[in-house]
Amino acid sequence: MAVYNLSLNGKKVKVDVEPDMPLLWVIRDFADLKGTKFGCGMALCGACTIHLNGQPARSCQTPVSSVGKNDKITTIEGIGESKMSIIQNAWIEEQVPQCGYCQSGQIMSAAALLKSNPSPTDADIDAAMSGNLCRCGTYDRIRKAIHRASEQMKVTEKGIGQR
Amino acid sequence: MKAAGFTSLGLAVGISGFTKDASLKKIAPAVLKLEINPFIIIDTTSNITLVNPRPDMGQGSTQAVPSLLAEELEVSLEKVLIVQSDGMGKYGSQTSGGSSSVRELWMPIRKAGAAAREMLTTTAAKRWNLPASECIAEDGKIWHKASGKSLSYGELADDASKLEIPKEPKLKDPKDFKIIGKYNKRLDVPERVTGKAVYGLDVDVPGMVYAAIVHSPMIHGKIASIDDSETKKVKGVLQVIKTERTMPHRTSDAVAVVATNWWAALKGKRALKVNWDNGNYAKTVDTASYFAATYEAAKKEGVNFEEKGDFTVKYANAKDKIESHYETPFLAHAPIEPENAVVHVKEDGSVEIWAPIQGPDWALRDVCGYLKVKPEQVKINVTLLGGAFGRKAYHDFLLEACHISRELKKPVKVIWTREDDITQGPYRPGMLSHMQGFVEEGKITGFHHHAIGESIVGQVFKGLKEDEADPWLSEEISTGNNKYQFATASKVSWTNVKTDIPVVWWRSVYASNFGWGQECFVDELAHLAKKDPLKARLEILPDERFKKVLETLAEKANWDEKLPAGSGKGIAVFKSFGSISACCITVSKKDTGVKIDKVVSVIDCGYYVNPDNVKAQTEGNIVMGITAAIKDGITFTNGICDQSNYHQFNVMRINEAPPMEIHIVDSGAVPGGVGEPGLPPIAPALGNAIFAATGKRLRKLPFDINNIA
Repeated sequence: MAVYNLSLNGKKVKVDVEPDMPLLWVIRDFADLKGTKFGCGMALCGACTIHLNGQPARSCQTPVSSVGKNDKITTIEGIGESKMSIIQNAWIEEQVPQCGYCQSGQIMSAAALLKSNPSPTDADIDAAMSGNLCRCGTYDRIRKAIHRASEQMKVTEKGIGQR
Repeated sequence: MKAAGFTSLGLAVGISGFTKDASLKKIAPAVLKLEINPFIIIDTTSNITLVNPRPDMGQGSTQAVPSLLAEELEVSLEKVLIVQSDGMGKYGSQTSGGSSSVRELWMPIRKAGAAAREMLTTTAAKRWNLPASECIAEDGKIWHKASGKSLSYGELADDASKLEIPKEPKLKDPKDFKIIGKYNKRLDVPERVTGKAVYGLDVDVPGMVYAAIVHSPMIHGKIASIDDSETKKVKGVLQVIKTERTMPHRTSDAVAVVATNWWAALKGKRALKVNWDNGNYAKTVDTASYFAATYEAAKKEGVNFEEKGDFTVKYANAKDKIESHYETPFLAHAPIEPENAVVHVKEDGSVEIWAPIQGPDWALRDVCGYLKVKPEQVKINVTLLGGAFGRKAYHDFLLEACHISRELKKPVKVIWTREDDITQGPYRPGMLSHMQGFVEEGKITGFHHHAIGESIVGQVFKGLKEDEADPWLSEEISTGNNKYQFATASKVSWTNVKTDIPVVWWRSVYASNFGWGQECFVDELAHLAKKDPLKARLEILPDERFKKVLETLAEKANWDEKLPAGSGKGIAVFKSFGSISACCITVSKKDTGVKIDKVVSVIDCGYYVNPDNVKAQTEGNIVMGITAAIKDGITFTNGICDQSNYHQFNVMRINEAPPMEIHIVDSGAVPGGVGEPGLPPIAPALGNAIFAATGKRLRKLPFDINNIA
């Protein structure tokens, strides 16, 4: 066991776990944030997607020992702050989820995409989102929600700019 | 989703015979008289609670069921708090399966709502000393129209509960519906996009330990020896115990690695060495030999399910006839949330369960049978389900948790790995459709579907006799259900080819198998008759609803449009779970394969609650149907599953999802299912489109869409 100081959703979190424990289980069972999901354990499904310093990462393949105390970890619970809630609202407007289990990961990947590419094309969405499986088959709506969020972000930013 | 306990009770309307629950006995006398299944509670603060007897696995039952109540009770959806039923018999059938949520609850819940509305109206009228005809229910209150005065449901609940429950309350005229049939956002979506929704995997209980399970690689192998020396070195591992995987038809050996956290349990599982005595399973848990047996069976007559005219003789004498074999693979459900359950078998013998299960009623029956306890000793808390597709109505994972908790006398959380999910089953059975048919004077007049394979009914319920055709064919390929009229002769027959591979229902059950054979073969016969596949179908489908669905599809998918060479459209129509769905897929040649350009689906599901959810479910069926056609099947070679995780059991990803369009036919018929009926026509529409574009007739699923040789 070893003690790790983590920066999780802007808060300092101290855990005492095995160095090889994936961040997924640290977040879920030691920091008690259950929004990040387990799906495959092999980085194949994307249900465990989080942000590590703003970049999407598969937490099931990220050992806690590889994360430094200054590395910023963001989960679905932390993404709603600031403009990222625009994405969650787009998900609501398009009524994306069915079972919803994969959607934390979908939203984390979409947030990273929109941050680096505010106006993604369908091809950009395919490239950024194909690591996230949805067995319910909500892909058509995920695509629409990303386009909607993209539009909404432009409106919001323009609004701020004009003030 | 809001949840409420049963505390302040006023009026309740529900099922007969629930007097044992202490918290509910106050309202029991009123309840005993109205024989409707689920029930509602209106408390003195106007809170309305609905006990929802359909777990939500993504199909939207947490919106659909309360909508039926809110409509009749004249309240908005937000006013209805939902608790999931716990499996007790008083709630009747509680399994999300067979696309049953709306079609089974349509009348009982509406009647319950209408009965409550009438009782509240009567109570208000009495209190005002006015005729009830001058009072109306609206927005959670009873109003006196002329004076504008009102009383809330909460103010009326206590007195209303003393009235006799009307047996035949007046239901609203559908033309007055405000919620049913209208677009409404699902109230459970915000929690599902913020990480707040609680699935089975998210349940924590004080004092809980975690277990990972080592299953038999050949599914039914017996443990010869266990070496847990390396496992016990893993920090956090508490215990290694023998456990068992109890399936409906048989029980297999297994080993549980119990730890303080699941990562430790998983590491311990990986370090465990088990020698298995595999008996003859290398031969009997094998898909190649299974399918070889189905093709052998196709050479012989099966057991007749139904026959009209003497098909065998007519076929023998027919001039223009063809014969084909259509194969569908075993498939895993592979919901993204793997199987998991938290169970606490307590010292006093009582049991509490938290699990993502499709049917608490079935689970209660299984748990009581397994642990030899009474239903009153068991408390089942149904969580949200992170996908299920049939898998989570099979309780092997739940009974494992029961076994381990009983051994340890502690709450235990069992989590299956993805590898457990994919390599252990149960699976949709692979099936063979042996098809024969003929045409006379340009019309399809003879049709035989010989369905061959392992019976779900037989294996799961241990109930199929040698000379009995699987009764579930009635929901799938019978002419009574699918309405094709073959003028000369038709036949549906069955041969049960058994396997030791565990099987179970998978989204749309046999329809997902037999739709492929039926609808591709109708297409083959249409070509034999030199007819347009749509027109050939219309000729033999006199049923008005089927006709309307196909005509709507033809219009929406622009069926008659001239396509360039190398492109083609295919159609298929199938009725399952009370709804008719048809699909048109357009493909075009691309390199060595084809590309799906567009999918148009039409569904007539009778009355529906939320058109957007009908569309969402149909979209899901398109994705799952195409996945089943062109992605991976499950195969076993010498007893071992050849797939283990999503890299070998690939499912469709967003970059492969084609443009899709859904249309609903408003027939006003009694409600049919929505969660499954969209799936069966997908694969055959694709196969037929590929034939139209390339001339290549595909008969075996899955196929590689990028390599249509």
